[in-house]
Amino acid sequence: MPDQSPISSVNDFVVRFANVNGSGSASANEMFARSILRHGVPVSPRNIFPSNIQGLPTWYEVRVTEAGHLGARGGGVDMMVAMNPQTWDKDVASIEPGGYLFYDSTKPMPTSKFRSDITVIGVPLTAITNSTYTDPRQRQLFKNIIYLGALCALLDMDVKLVEQLIGEQYKGKEKLLSSNVHALHLGRDFALQNLKCPIGLRVKKADKVGDRIFMEGNSAAALGAVYGGATVCAWYPITPSSSVAEAFTSHCKKLRHDPKTGKAKYAIVQGEDELASIGIVIGASWNGARAFTATSGPGISLMTEFIGLSYFAEIPGVIMNIQRAGPSTGMPTRTQQCDIIACAYASHGDTKHVLLFPEDPAEAFEFAGHSFDLAERLQTMIFLMLDLDIGMNHRLCRPLKWDENQQYDRGKVMTAEMLDEPGRDFGRYLDVDGDGIPYRTYPGTHPTKGSFFTRGTSRDRYARYSEEGAVYADNMQRLVRKFETAQDMVPRPLQANAAKPTKYGVIYFGSTSPAMDEAIGLLEARGHLLDRMRVRAFPFHSSVASFIADHDFVYVVEQNRDGQLRQLIVNENGIDPVRLVPILHYDGTPITARFIAKAIGDHQDRLKVTPLRKAVS
Amino acid sequence: MTYIAKPKFHHPGLKKNDLGYTHRDYEGKISTLCAGCGHDSITASIIEACYELSIEPHRVAKISGIGCSSKTPDYFLGNSHGFNSVHGRMPSVLTGANLANRDLIYLGVSGDGDSASIGFGQFAHSIRRAVNMTYIVENNGVYGLTKGQFSATADRGSKSKKGVMNTDNAIDLVAIALQLGASFVARSFSGDKSQLVPLIAAAIRHKGASFIDVISPCIAFNNHAGSTKSFDYVREHNDAVNRLDVITGRDPITVDYAPGTVQVVEQHDGTRLALRKIDADYDANDRLAAMTFLQKHAAKGQVVTGLLYVDPDSDDLHTHLDTVETPLNTLEAKDLCPGTAALEKINASLR
Ligand SMILES: Cc1ncc(C[n+]2csc(CCOP(=O)(O)OP(=O)(O)O)c2C)c(N)n1
Ligand code: SF4
Repeated sequence: MPDQSPISSVNDFVVRFANVNGSGSASANEMFARSILRHGVPVSPRNIFPSNIQGLPTWYEVRVTEAGHLGARGGGVDMMVAMNPQTWDKDVASIEPGGYLFYDSTKPMPTSKFRSDITVIGVPLTAITNSTYTDPRQRQLFKNIIYLGALCALLDMDVKLVEQLIGEQYKGKEKLLSSNVHALHLGRDFALQNLKCPIGLRVKKADKVGDRIFMEGNSAAALGAVYGGATVCAWYPITPSSSVAEAFTSHCKKLRHDPKTGKAKYAIVQGEDELASIGIVIGASWNGARAFTATSGPGISLMTEFIGLSYFAEIPGVIMNIQRAGPSTGMPTRTQQCDIIACAYASHGDTKHVLLFPEDPAEAFEFAGHSFDLAERLQTMIFLMLDLDIGMNHRLCRPLKWDENQQYDRGKVMTAEMLDEPGRDFGRYLDVDGDGIPYRTYPGTHPTKGSFFTRGTSRDRYARYSEEGAVYADNMQRLVRKFETAQDMVPRPLQANAAKPTKYGVIYFGSTSPAMDEAIGLLEARGHLLDRMRVRAFPFHSSVASFIADHDFVYVVEQNRDGQLRQLIVNENGIDPVRLVPILHYDGTPITARFIAKAIGDHQDRLKVTPLRKAVS
Repeated sequence: MTYIAKPKFHHPGLKKNDLGYTHRDYEGKISTLCAGCGHDSITASIIEACYELSIEPHRVAKISGIGCSSKTPDYFLGNSHGFNSVHGRMPSVLTGANLANRDLIYLGVSGDGDSASIGFGQFAHSIRRAVNMTYIVENNGVYGLTKGQFSATADRGSKSKKGVMNTDNAIDLVAIALQLGASFVARSFSGDKSQLVPLIAAAIRHKGASFIDVISPCIAFNNHAGSTKSFDYVREHNDAVNRLDVITGRDPITVDYAPGTVQVVEQHDGTRLALRKIDADYDANDRLAAMTFLQKHAAKGQVVTGLLYVDPDSDDLHTHLDTVETPLNTLEAKDLCPGTAALEKINASLR
């Protein structure tokens, strides 16, 4: 018996699986998370994986949370399924006192390899698989299903629900289905017969999932591109964005073929690099197709010259930037929100770009879908700013919604008929409506009217090359006007006020959302009330400045070292930096509620005893 | 690039093509390149070829990179949309444009600096992807716009205007295009309009990646003794493998060539290329032979011009991607949006 009483908790604990990359454990682990969902209990899983393919450690953490906290919990885990000898010591050390260690007990381990304050659960997985299967790959794969079966018994899960999931996964593949169910029962039966089941951690049926869906942000964004009418996708592989293009490909294969001819209503090109990918996007958009690319920080760096061209020549397009930890190769498989400044001002000269910050897959779908309208409406590049945490993890979110009757907004495009209207004056860069957005024509529109030369060089309102200072300045000012127009077209910030009036506010964005939702509760419990605002786009809506004006202090919570969103707010709104307190998390792991609550809580506590000036110095 | 528009006045007596267009309809703005620049002759040849093919000017999209050569699209087909992109990246922009609308004619104009240095990768990949385009490199062996630095096509041992010797090996874009699978490969000389015009016309009619390397002397920085891209050098070392007639299925384009043996190549769009051979044993349908032929003559210091290779059964990127015949840029929500029922199914599969 452990010298610490074992943790007992129903529907509120964290299980972490430590595996070796390439062992085929991912699908079994994901099945575990889904099984819990089928019990009506929310889960929040996180992939923790190295920048390597075979042999290195990977972890998959499942936070079981009836309360519905969808951020990572942080801290130690309640149960470790330790399948990787390489990381054994670290894994064992990460278990909370009173927690559980599940391991393959085929080979006996010296007691020194365990801890006295945890419950050790051994299942001879290798022995069971070796006596059942001869094929090495089968041994490997079914070992994962066997531990899933054992966990079912240990955590008191309804095995029928797991069987049902396996049934759905292997629908039509009877042989695989029955062999997986068999393996599941091998593990479960072993546990029921040889171990004390259930343990203190339990899954009990609840009704807390509702109609929510469980999806990865990258796949959702890709589906948004399908719904939003993207027909051209050009990309270059980079973690964590590759799965956007891969998902777009598979969604298109299912949803975008002409029923009569079987031909594709889309074109996907794996570019030779990011320069080509963005070039293809720009060429396609210039020619009137909806086009996008997906990349990550290093790709953005390479694309910046072209991004400047798209800004200046006013060519639409969408870049999905799935951020990872930089600079340079940084930590390519870790999450951060660190490309805010790089994207907001991408390229040389004076540029400003529209950024969208979805918080979860549902919003990634929605924002991606509408980003094409926005790009064409504004004739500029739109950045959909995801990060690895949303992009490559399954998240529980509201079901995806799309208004079927909605037509695509192609923006200000002049047709041949319009060009022929008597008295109509076409100048590619004429600000006819005063909103900074000119009219464009697609190549091939009219035999004699409406053609123009697109270039990155300065030109007048009629697209005629010109290096006149006044002409250049006029154009640059119109671009600012256009950016101001964008302010009211992008998704507005969402604000939620504390139960009672407070002098303090917090601004956050994107993947920080679930951690912030939970942190607000933790802070309230510490006696700190905060109004909050989730920024959803750049340019900032005027309510961002008013929110800051309405509070003595506003915390800006973000996942990077330099407080990039804060810098952008200060820079764009001329706000005294002292009013914005940075709360920064940047070790590559997703930010947690515990971290936010501690950082803000400690600051708030200090405020009570320290004069204002010192508190922020 | 220029802001000097040409007068719109058309002489009533100007000759008209099948569409009723005159030469003037294929012209653009007045060139601001140095008087005598080879690039202007290429511009004239493009105008001539488009006129002869009776192309509707606005159905052409002309795309370029950055450089003197890349400025030229402003000087032809004034009623076409043009795109002066960024240095070396014309091919990707053209590829994207082509994906969006397969129905237009894509003319890519680039320089040797643009295509053989900064844009070498894009050049190669647009060719291996078989983008349906006519890719013309106006090859002067130097960087014209940035004033005379050697480019990667400058021959080893050739001299700059200042007398500096080039010690690096040259990239032969024609050899590379052949190796990469271009289905139409030619080399010509800006000063040889009678060869260049039908080559451009044939390339435009060809489906797939057509590549033409045109030696185009830079009179400001590369037209001196010691340069292998000067007018004199090319005239002296030019060995034409064939002369070309393009027969579009309507009236043949009459070109006055010395009679020789004639080999006719029929392309899938019905165009027939009549190759009037000068090298009796030259077979323009043999990629391998073309590569060897090129290397052999290069070793002798000869610039081989003419249609070096054509594949009459070529296809293009749209064939490879199996895209719908309708241009992608004309598809609307009803064609593209899978609808709410499909979304409901997706939602259900994610629970
Ligand atoms: C990224 C970038 N690097 C450098 C330049 C400067 N630049 C402009 S044109 C040019 C070379 C043009 O040479 P080439 O393509 O041979 O054309 P030419 O002028 O000889 O016709 C260079 C290096 C640029 N515009 N962009
Ligand atoms: S510098 Fe050379 S390439 Fe440029 S316009 Fe003058 S002659 Fe032509």
